[in-house]
Amino acid sequence: MENIATSASHLRSEDVNVWFGERHVLKNVSLNFPGNQVTALIGPSGCGKSTFLRTLNRMHELIPSAGFAGRVLLDDKDIYGAEVDPVDVRLNIGMVFQKPNPFPTMSIRENVLSGLKLTGRRGYIAEEVVETSLRRASIWNEVKDRLNDPALSLSGGQQQRLCIARSLAMNPEVLLMDEPCSALDPGSTRRIEETITELSDSMTIVIVTHNMQQAQRVSHQTAFFLSEEGNPGRVVEFGKTDDVFNNPVDPRTNDYVNGHFG
Amino acid sequence: MTQLQDSSGEIPPRRQLRTKPFSLADRVFYGVTKGASSISIILVSAILLFLFSQSLSTFQAQGLDFITGSQWNNTKGDEVFQIGPMLWGSVLISILGIIGGVPMAIAAAYFIEFMAPKPVAKVATVMIDLLAAMPSIVIGLWGLYVLTPVVSHWSELLYTMHHVELGFASFDIPLLSMSNGKDPNTFGGTPFVAGWIVAVMIVPIITSVTREIFSQMDRDLINSALALGGSRSSVFMRVILPTASGGVTGGVLLGLGRALGETVAIFYVLNLVSDINWFNILESKGGSIASLVLQKFGEGTSEEVKALMAAGLVLFVITLLVNWLAAVIVNRAQPWRKI
Repeated sequence: MENIATSASHLRSEDVNVWFGERHVLKNVSLNFPGNQVTALIGPSGCGKSTFLRTLNRMHELIPSAGFAGRVLLDDKDIYGAEVDPVDVRLNIGMVFQKPNPFPTMSIRENVLSGLKLTGRRGYIAEEVVETSLRRASIWNEVKDRLNDPALSLSGGQQQRLCIARSLAMNPEVLLMDEPCSALDPGSTRRIEETITELSDSMTIVIVTHNMQQAQRVSHQTAFFLSEEGNPGRVVEFGKTDDVFNNPVDPRTNDYVNGHFG
Repeated sequence: MTQLQDSSGEIPPRRQLRTKPFSLADRVFYGVTKGASSISIILVSAILLFLFSQSLSTFQAQGLDFITGSQWNNTKGDEVFQIGPMLWGSVLISILGIIGGVPMAIAAAYFIEFMAPKPVAKVATVMIDLLAAMPSIVIGLWGLYVLTPVVSHWSELLYTMHHVELGFASFDIPLLSMSNGKDPNTFGGTPFVAGWIVAVMIVPIITSVTREIFSQMDRDLINSALALGGSRSSVFMRVILPTASGGVTGGVLLGLGRALGETVAIFYVLNLVSDINWFNILESKGGSIASLVLQKFGEGTSEEVKALMAAGLVLFVITLLVNWLAAVIVNRAQPWRKI
């Protein structure tokens, strides 16, 4: 592709609150995601970390009854601003979902180009986009001779890397990943983790994970979310990954990362 | 301590596996389900056999002209039974019904499933299902007294556009013209009206099947498309519709089955004429096998009734062909489904 960003953007949340109907599920989450860093969001199920992730590219508001307060700043610009088109936000902030979900009716090539077609950017469609994106997702060598095969003919791990390539084709500044390896085998998981590390050279990454080892392997900083006894989820601890895991300030963090609950 | 095991040893002989139900309750259940499915197979075969035996003499007497010809005469000794106009009429009306009904049904299903607030979606679903439960005689009368005047008015407007003057050339648009070239004195009883009636009747079934398919779609698949920056319409056209196409086609076919066999409602709104009307949809001259049967059966001579049986058989075979064709199309359209 013509110009892949090398110094990625800087994302920041300020006092993010989320409601579903009357239920307050996230309270005052303020996190800083510096460029070229991988941030892991960890915490027990139901603590609101996936919900928080979805506020970062305005996917959250697609849920009827969803409420929101606070700010999310991409390079100091509020992505919830009145003049901001959510579609533009999602172009800059890509997302990879939990289950590999390539578009089933499309070939491998079409999947990579799907974002460009969906957004009517036909002018950008080119063979280089396909190759560059697949290379960045470290799947090029496996699929280069079968680009016209159906995407569903790939294995689960390959499908997930194809989904990453699909997001990369839009050349986003930030990539959000919602437990991208939870449906994959250990080998595929390792490949994706390597891909994440390589991608962090050119972009900012936020990853939700239930896997403590994974958070330690791939992330530079970690945020621990917790929702206690029906209270809205909050960030209990946030800092360098090494510190959160080996030298946590809050005893609850210590208990969680050492497997005492959750 | 675990042990490594070498499995080079002997394999024991294969054993018989039981596939039949064992307990009494299971056997009874098995019997009931087997019986029920057998009955439907037997019924269909029996109907087919009966129709075939009844219509054999007609096929022998009329030959291939039974399907291609346009005459119908029940005078003893001069009997000619040919259903060409009725056969084509059924097809034409079904095509019109599909053109009118499918976009409406898919749009309604999309709205209910993806856009409508919950209470609205619930009410809309119930209303559409009620439409499906409406007796076709009611739809027929409504078609005659309410829809026909309205559609006649649309037809009149369309008819004013049938002649095109381009300065250097002028011609008539065949679809909107009359076969005899004369101005018509009525716009009622046309295939166009019947097509709209069929559209109204197939919308509920296609909507409910399509809605079901939409509701089973993986939400994250749709979210992925939105996360890539897709708009609602582009996500619908490029992801939702292609992914659901197999199921939607299935729904359309169910609708087509109803459209082809629809009897009473069409009988009320269509002017049956035993003269083939290929495409002049605004002309008060149409055909429909099922309506023909309804019209002639009561006072038919014995030979005529046999001919009507034969007409029913032809309709039956066509419906089977449509279903088979559809199965082929669905498979072709979704090569990814085979994986």
